Amino acid sequence: MNFHAIKAIYLFEMSRTFRTLLQSVVSPVLSTALYFVVFGAAIGSRFADVEGVSYGTFIVPGLIMLTVLTQSVSNASFGIYFPRFIGTIQEILSAPISSIEIVVGYVGAAATKSFAIGIIILLTATLFVPLRIDHPVWMLGFLVLTCVSFSLFGFIIGIWAKNFEQLQLVPLLVITPLVFLGGSFYSINMLPPLWQNITLFNPVVYLISGFRWSFFSQGDVAVGLSLAMITLFLAICLGTIMWIFKTGYRIRN
Amino acid sequence: MNTTILKQHTSAADQPPAGNEIICAIDNVSKTYTGGSVALDAVSLDIRKGEILALLGPNGAGKTTLISIICGIVNASGGKVTVGGYDVVDNYRQSRGLIGLVPQEVNLEPFETVNNTVTFSRGLFGKPRNPGTIEQVLRKLSLWDKRDSQIVTLSGGMKRRVLIAKALSHEPRVLFLDEPTAGVDVELRKDMWETVRALQADGVTIILTTHYIEEAEAIADRIGVIDKGRLMLVEDKATLMQRLGTKQIRIELQDPLGRIPDALSKYELEIATSGNALIYTYDPTGGRTGITSLFSDLKSAGLVLCDVQTHESSLEEIFVNLIKGEA
Repeated sequence: MNFHAIKAIYLFEMSRTFRTLLQSVVSPVLSTALYFVVFGAAIGSRFADVEGVSYGTFIVPGLIMLTVLTQSVSNASFGIYFPRFIGTIQEILSAPISSIEIVVGYVGAAATKSFAIGIIILLTATLFVPLRIDHPVWMLGFLVLTCVSFSLFGFIIGIWAKNFEQLQLVPLLVITPLVFLGGSFYSINMLPPLWQNITLFNPVVYLISGFRWSFFSQGDVAVGLSLAMITLFLAICLGTIMWIFKTGYRIRN
Repeated sequence: MNTTILKQHTSAADQPPAGNEIICAIDNVSKTYTGGSVALDAVSLDIRKGEILALLGPNGAGKTTLISIICGIVNASGGKVTVGGYDVVDNYRQSRGLIGLVPQEVNLEPFETVNNTVTFSRGLFGKPRNPGTIEQVLRKLSLWDKRDSQIVTLSGGMKRRVLIAKALSHEPRVLFLDEPTAGVDVELRKDMWETVRALQADGVTIILTTHYIEEAEAIADRIGVIDKGRLMLVEDKATLMQRLGTKQIRIELQDPLGRIPDALSKYELEIATSGNALIYTYDPTGGRTGITSLFSDLKSAGLVLCDVQTHESSLEEIFVNLIKGEA
């Protein structure tokens, strides 16, 4: 293992985060805080409790997931797309490092950043709504798994994208709808039966459900299923990345 | 560590003399890009430790592809490359660790500082942090004062030096410079040549590609000519100039000449278009050049000389002849 290389990539990526702190951290946190103000405090107080918790509290796990998923995908995709765009990827390819080390460096940095954002949002939420976390270890586990697997997914997008438009396309057209329709703002039990079944094809349902379970001990699906689904997603992403490096897809002629 | 790779066909008689250790062996390397364009066609080349080798060729000749294969950026379609005895595919960690690459394009993270960018490269190549080495490299390239500046604020020449600093950050033994002076003004080009010579003095083997012939002529020990994916020749610069080069003497006369006097007909003489100069072409490697007898015969023929100039064929003329001969 070339640990120096992993460290170099990781620190270089993190330094980009610190250089653009306003855009990378402050902006997602601010926009989520606005959700809390609007849905939690203002409108939420008029809503009935969902599954025994007040609406404002209920949406906290979903909102954290919303931001963490989007941030993981956009951070990781930008992290690897930018070197491709400006050409510094050549240096990475000519360095004595394996594909795994490249992935650990880039995905590690992207996941760290979205994990930090997730925690900051969680702390921010406590300012607006009363919050309890029944299974803190599971909560952190789900958060880490989500950050890692969606950063891997973002990495794939960053390799696949041919231009900045495609880079924005997936977070915008795929991630955001999946998260909004994945039960961030509602329990899927509130949907008509047909939609309850359809929504089960949305992988994000399992993430949010599991994450919400770690807060309130109840979710839309069994926690074991949530865990299995996120592990499956992680495995698919890892497999795709291994294929990318084996074939040199879009990175090595 | 097996650092001496000799080609199989090398017999004891033509083994390179001591000191001509091979650091990079390219054996029968081909590259066909998807779409069918052939970038390299069975190129074989041994690069000697400590030399400056210039790969000369027009745009699209395959120079960058060859370098990219050695450095691991492009996968070869066929053939084998070793660096320091390590196969660039099977032992890529060891081989790439020995190599520094200065790419043709100025590819740099615009908003990072010089120091961070160069430190990053050192880590990427598996070396522990060492601010001392980075300082040394930056000072050598006159970038120390700019270490905390963002890349985006630097001039073009400085950015090129940052690329070199990055390539040197992990103390490579072999340095590839892919058209290091493309678009660089004369002054900076001379600076770059000096930097290259200083690196050679430190024992670094240098391979540079260029399409500036005077660049190859000015700094290379050996010159390889690549055209249309084929390595057309590799020679010591001096041998190349001698082998293909001829010399001319231009003899200015006081009075114009209508025709060459009979007494001088045995010499390869031409009358210059101006009419009052004779041009004598000879082979400087041929042993007897005939200059002494020519001058004595000129005197006997009663010609009065005003001036004498000699002219040696430049690498450019050699190169143009070579490419023309091929076409």
